[in-house]
Amino acid sequence: MTVPYEELKKDFKILDQHVNDEPLVYLDNAATTQKPDAVLKAVEAYYNTSNANVHRGVHTLAERATTQFEGAREKVRRFINAPETAEVLFTRGTTTSLNWLAQSLGDLVVKPGDEIVISFMEHHSNIIPWQQLAKRKGAILKYIELTDEGMLDWNDLENKITDKTKIVSLTHVSNVLGVVNPIRKIADYVHGKGGLLVVDGAQAVPHMPVDVQELDADFYAFSGHKMMAPTGIGVLYGKRQWLDQMEPVEYGGEMIDFVELLDSTWKELPWKFEAGTPNIAGAIGLGAAIDYLENVGMSEIMDHEQNLVAYLMPKLEEIEGLTIFGPHKTEDRTGVIAFNIDGVHPHDVATAMDMEGVAVRAGHHCAQPLMNYLNQPATARASFYLYNTLADADKFVEALKATKEFFLHGLD
Amino acid sequence: MALTKLDQLYRAVILDHSKHPRKQGVLDKATAQIELKNPTCGDVIQVQLAIEDNMIKDVRFDGSGCTISMSSASMMTEAILGKSIDEALMLADEFSGVVQGKEAVHQKELGDAMMLSGVSKFPARIKCATLSWKALEKALETDGTGVDGQLKHD
Repeated sequence: MTVPYEELKKDFKILDQHVNDEPLVYLDNAATTQKPDAVLKAVEAYYNTSNANVHRGVHTLAERATTQFEGAREKVRRFINAPETAEVLFTRGTTTSLNWLAQSLGDLVVKPGDEIVISFMEHHSNIIPWQQLAKRKGAILKYIELTDEGMLDWNDLENKITDKTKIVSLTHVSNVLGVVNPIRKIADYVHGKGGLLVVDGAQAVPHMPVDVQELDADFYAFSGHKMMAPTGIGVLYGKRQWLDQMEPVEYGGEMIDFVELLDSTWKELPWKFEAGTPNIAGAIGLGAAIDYLENVGMSEIMDHEQNLVAYLMPKLEEIEGLTIFGPHKTEDRTGVIAFNIDGVHPHDVATAMDMEGVAVRAGHHCAQPLMNYLNQPATARASFYLYNTLADADKFVEALKATKEFFLHGLD
Repeated sequence: MALTKLDQLYRAVILDHSKHPRKQGVLDKATAQIELKNPTCGDVIQVQLAIEDNMIKDVRFDGSGCTISMSSASMMTEAILGKSIDEALMLADEFSGVVQGKEAVHQKELGDAMMLSGVSKFPARIKCATLSWKALEKALETDGTGVDGQLKHD
């Protein structure tokens, strides 16, 4: 092991605590991640030394704040290998990014009778904006089916995406199944049909190298808080040729060029889309999180999570009555593992695991169409990140077994 | 082992109600019925009542959910059967207090439902315990013609 993960864990003070008298094992990283000292310090330092509004002052602090804010944008650009910083828009998070697209890109390219294609594995934030766009425009929303293993069904994808398809919006990694979708292959297919590809990268960017040019996605959205940055900051990357044509979704300060009584003109990209005072501290925190992640290495993080899954999967498969959703092969998935114990409701599982200090999520994971598709009212979900260790994986298996025993046989 | 703490929540009686629910099923002639969902967790419950002369003559519940919500529904049916509408509403109100750590006056009438007092130590699970009682309240709200609804975030 090249990266000392046990040591890294010390960068996260929150992880060093007991919950219900047991050492905390935090396995809810698909919901949100913990923040290292370096990120918290960067935010604190910004407020202690440089806080001012950006892009609108000539004084020294304003200049400092602007430099740091735009510096964070450049870090994001480099991190995802976007061609230019003008194509990197700061948003509140993936949800805002996708809503902006459904609004603005939707107005630009979708006409009555056109098709919008998503899949059965999408998070609500990559369903509802498109669903409402389809309703608004009289367009048709289609869902790509999944295979038994929970992967996108390629045959169905080819059936659903047609010459009438204007927008295809898919997740890069499922927040329930942990499946990694072949974005480049999909992008080529969508472009061949004349459509645009939007990618929800919320569960991908924190866990693997992402190169938007290599993926050839037209738009790519992700959230800061799922990659160790503060909440309330996110990114929308888009190809300039489309962003240039799109109208801003919000209007106000910062995004204007000239304001006249009856009309206004917009600033150039990316500011055209960023009305109002942005989340400056959040962006700076995101920049610090990127530094932290790059220092560890995105390929290393991906390997680490795959190692954890490879270590866990056989142990989980041994537990009788345990169903794991999604593929079992490690190369097709990330460290998100959704599961159910036969005869025990996932909420009871999550409460019991919590008593053992293990934080897992239970519920529909903001993916009700997927839950219906899997024919499950809810599932439990453990999701790993770079600060989780093999010891955490062991504790997870142990707590899972104890939970099953408790509910099926009671305490002796 | 920390799971021993779960005993506060999941006593034998609770597990028994969950495994062998009382009054689960469908009434032939319901005078009031409702389906209530907890959208945050996907639990769904249907409660049916047969009310005659202001008295609950029969009751059934059905649905899907966790141990707490299903056992609570089972316990509720036992507590309210044969009670007047006012008595049932009073018990619903009292039960809501019990799971938030308050003392109950009518412990005997609440019966097994008192076993869920331990839920007060698990704030995230209070809604699970109250789902069936909220359904009961909704079903009784309009004197016998409840409508489908969702559990509100309060």
